[in-house]
Amino acid sequence: MSENLIKMIFGRLTLESFPLHEPIVVVTFAVVALMGMAVLGAITYFRLWGYLWREWFTTVDHKRIGIMYMILGIIMLLRGFADAIMMRLQQAMAFNGSEGYLNAHHYDQIFTAHGVIMIFFVAMPLVTGLMNYVVPLQIGARDVAFPFLNNFSFWMTVGGAVLVMMSLFVGEFARTGWLAYPPLSGAEASPGVGVDYYIWALQVAGVGTTLSGINLICTIVKMRAPGMAMMKMPVFTWTSLCTNVLIVATFPVLTATLVLLSLDRYVGTNFFTNDLGGNPMMYVNLIWIWGHPEVYILILPAFGIFSEVASTFSGKRLFGYTSMVYATVVITILSYLVWLHHFFTMGSGASVNSFFGITTMIISIPTGAKIFNWLFTMYRGRIRFELPMMWTIAFMLTFTIGGMTGVLLAVPPADFVLHNSLFLVAHFHNVIIGGVLYGLFAGITFWWPKAFGFKLDPFWGKVSFWLWVVGFFFAFMPLYVLGLMGVTRRLRVFDDPSLQIWFWLAGFGAFLIFCGIGAMLVQFAVSIMRREQLRDTTGDPWDGRTLEWATSSPPPDYNFAFTPVVYDNDAWWDMKKRGYERPMDGFKPIHMPKNTGVGVVIAGLSVALSVGLIWYIWWLAAVCFVAILAVAISHTFNYDRDFHIEADEVTRTEGARTKLLAAGE
Amino acid sequence: MSNVSERLRGIGQRIDHNPCGPIALTRFKYFLLLPLAVMLSGCNLVVLRPSGDVASQQANLIVISTVLMLIIIVPVMFLTVFFAWRYRAGNKEAKYEPDWDHSTHLELVIWAAPLLIIICLGALTWMWTHLLDPYRPLSRIAEGQPIEDAGDPLEVQVTALDWKWLFIYPEYGIASVNELAAPVNRPVRFRITSSSVMNSFYIPALAGQIYAMPGMETTLHGVINKPGEYTGFSANYSGDGFSGMHFAFHGLETAAFDTWVADTRAETGALDRTSYQELAKPSENVPVQKFGTVENNLFRFIRDRCVEPGKMCMDEMMAIDRNGGLGLAGVNLLQQPMVGDTAVRTALFGLKSNIVTGICTIEEQEAVADVGIAIGKPVNPDPLVGAGLARRSFLPFRAPMLDAQLQFSRPSGS
Repeated sequence: MSENLIKMIFGRLTLESFPLHEPIVVVTFAVVALMGMAVLGAITYFRLWGYLWREWFTTVDHKRIGIMYMILGIIMLLRGFADAIMMRLQQAMAFNGSEGYLNAHHYDQIFTAHGVIMIFFVAMPLVTGLMNYVVPLQIGARDVAFPFLNNFSFWMTVGGAVLVMMSLFVGEFARTGWLAYPPLSGAEASPGVGVDYYIWALQVAGVGTTLSGINLICTIVKMRAPGMAMMKMPVFTWTSLCTNVLIVATFPVLTATLVLLSLDRYVGTNFFTNDLGGNPMMYVNLIWIWGHPEVYILILPAFGIFSEVASTFSGKRLFGYTSMVYATVVITILSYLVWLHHFFTMGSGASVNSFFGITTMIISIPTGAKIFNWLFTMYRGRIRFELPMMWTIAFMLTFTIGGMTGVLLAVPPADFVLHNSLFLVAHFHNVIIGGVLYGLFAGITFWWPKAFGFKLDPFWGKVSFWLWVVGFFFAFMPLYVLGLMGVTRRLRVFDDPSLQIWFWLAGFGAFLIFCGIGAMLVQFAVSIMRREQLRDTTGDPWDGRTLEWATSSPPPDYNFAFTPVVYDNDAWWDMKKRGYERPMDGFKPIHMPKNTGVGVVIAGLSVALSVGLIWYIWWLAAVCFVAILAVAISHTFNYDRDFHIEADEVTRTEGARTKLLAAGE
Repeated sequence: MSNVSERLRGIGQRIDHNPCGPIALTRFKYFLLLPLAVMLSGCNLVVLRPSGDVASQQANLIVISTVLMLIIIVPVMFLTVFFAWRYRAGNKEAKYEPDWDHSTHLELVIWAAPLLIIICLGALTWMWTHLLDPYRPLSRIAEGQPIEDAGDPLEVQVTALDWKWLFIYPEYGIASVNELAAPVNRPVRFRITSSSVMNSFYIPALAGQIYAMPGMETTLHGVINKPGEYTGFSANYSGDGFSGMHFAFHGLETAAFDTWVADTRAETGALDRTSYQELAKPSENVPVQKFGTVENNLFRFIRDRCVEPGKMCMDEMMAIDRNGGLGLAGVNLLQQPMVGDTAVRTALFGLKSNIVTGICTIEEQEAVADVGIAIGKPVNPDPLVGAGLARRSFLPFRAPMLDAQLQFSRPSGS
């Protein structure tokens, strides 16, 4: 009787669910717990809770939400990278009969978590964060179209991340690889909570991503400054628009696929099972119909960043704006027509394989055109080698290699020998690190002064840059070689001792990247400490070209006192050329949205709901589900949603900036 | 420290005294590259230097495609570095045109150059994807050795189990676990399936990989040209024992292969439905096992998921469904799995997974011929016409192949 009661209260959760037998996990938990306590203690000691809640957690300001996304991405980068280092160490050790230091149960979770975290909780938040921060400023808007939705989206993304982190210490994470192919992820082969953590983390975060996609599309389509026709939008805004179109069109596919998988696991349907008419290949198709556009969701904003950076630091208009825009749109459309290249080896016929191979190659044409456009943007420019530009050049050199190996993998007969090999692993790290991550780093360095009013310390930035770039080549070039030696991925132990040297090299590269991440954190800390020397009072530290540089750094809550009017592609460059004068008076009250804590509450309840579903704690799931509905409905009756910033206050804020600008001159 | 500087000076002196100094310097540079060269030559790039004809063609294709792409990659990388250096802010001599942002000629080149490369690569891709289609029977054994009439290829039925490989040789009625042998220069046709989760069957020295998937059958054709011992493995992660899921592949001269077959035949172990179910249970790092006799049609029952007696085979189920299904009466065929079946799972709300009981008796099941994916001789070696196999008619009715398949798979008793 009491046993039943305990089962009713705790579901599958028992004392054995806590991985106390894994010393590595226990130590990690101790360290995380200590650090967490220190942070929480510090917040309490300095009485910051109220401030954080009022000014940050409940904020609907796109700039603050953008910054919170970036912080989330960087924290999760540390976790994802810890996984990477552990894998590298295991693979460098497990030779000559040695089992390494990780058992299969632990190692399989690590590579799954690494992939999931790096894509969903590092790259996605960083990309979304930058879009959130920059897009409204670039189009001269005061906020996004749906400010509350923005806050809610962010907290749902955090919710997903919390679930992934929780799986480290309570239960286990999936041991299936980052896309969780059934039948391996089905109830028979993976009966534990791992896959359930995976499903619900992605579902919760997926709600956030989809809504933020809708939000940014509406913002870009409806809220551009007067005069900014579509073909006068900054390229970053264009790529953001395309990315969000991709998000809105593909994330529902992911959601639906995971729903079908959940139904198989929870209620015994047979969509993807082996028996009773199920077909696992259907899952593989569906997940890649989401999965391939996903990589373009990540890379397109990075392309946008490189375009802004290349033209700003070359002091020149972007070469071939129109072809750049069309290239982006073509990539957006083509990204839907290539998904099968992820499984040429599953036995499709030759004509099907050729079709998808050739569509994949066709994508390299607009991508190649983009590279040429950046090249000719540099041509006859005056290139300043500030950090963002250094990242851009490193990107152009690294990414072309990744692009080349990508096209090679798109040739089906070549893919038959390279599929799932370390060559493939090297390829996608080559484009994701060399493309997405370099782009994000360029973007962070580029827009940091806009967000905080001071530049990042260049010395530590350069240290980090060189460690990253050199580390990347050390870490991944050996993997290309290993792939050509026929070494497949996700192996835990090896027999052939001649492989080991390459894994050592790769491990050394990972160590350099580790130092690079360290240097980047040092860079942030040093910059914050030296902020007075690095201060930028002009709001336009790089001699920028687009509207975000027209306002102060950091921008006021309302972004622009008067909505700017646009006449040219590079709106701010054009304004500067025509001798633009800031308006000094005649300010009007500005209509603004009010902060709300509902986003935090619903996201928190969603996490609790997921925990209930993962651990079969049905009462908790039921309570949370009802509570989510109640909170959401009651929020619709909240009519106290907006306020006005009085004209006096605007006058004061703008006056302060006038003084600052005068002092700077 | 002083040692090092002395040594360095020594090198410098040697260069100074050498009448052909620059050459010595170049040699010295090569000397620096030596470790890399040694490492690369020391490692076995099996993907680029395989021992089977199919894999060799795939390796050639990798090299050709890479060279084709380098035509554009190298200039781009060079121009990136050159422009970055030439137009650096410090270089006031370089031209500066801040408003130059368009040139129709350049745009044309920018789009046309990659387009041309992709047209070439696309044509290559179309041709070689068809020629190297794993389903396509081989038309040559090696460069310059076309197959006139080399008899039927050796058929090997491959099953990926948790976590080992089972190879059945229907021609000889033998089977082996984690060891595969094939005669040199005789085409091999692999028919591949899996017992529980997805794996990928890959012998880099022989041919590209193809997935092994439960309830499905894939095909791979290959031929090994040099005798030797090669490695094969699963190239798709499949769970805890994945790392140990590799096997030795012996390429043997005909006589040696005959000996291997005879030795295997002499083994007492027999592989039938019962011993297969025992073998299929998850196990890791499994040593080589051999079976002297194999039950007829076992591969087909594995593929159609009806090794357990009484379970309906998938081809039977599909044939019933295609004829309109059994309607509500079909529910009567659902049954809980037998006691002792480890695969029983309890889903949420206490729902148990069901199996469908077969209508046919085992004898009737066995009477049905084993239909693989219909593969004949290539009717047309032209690479542009698909695998050269007979094609399905586009008309929905009277598709001769479909009817033929249906004939085979219709339960003979009903």
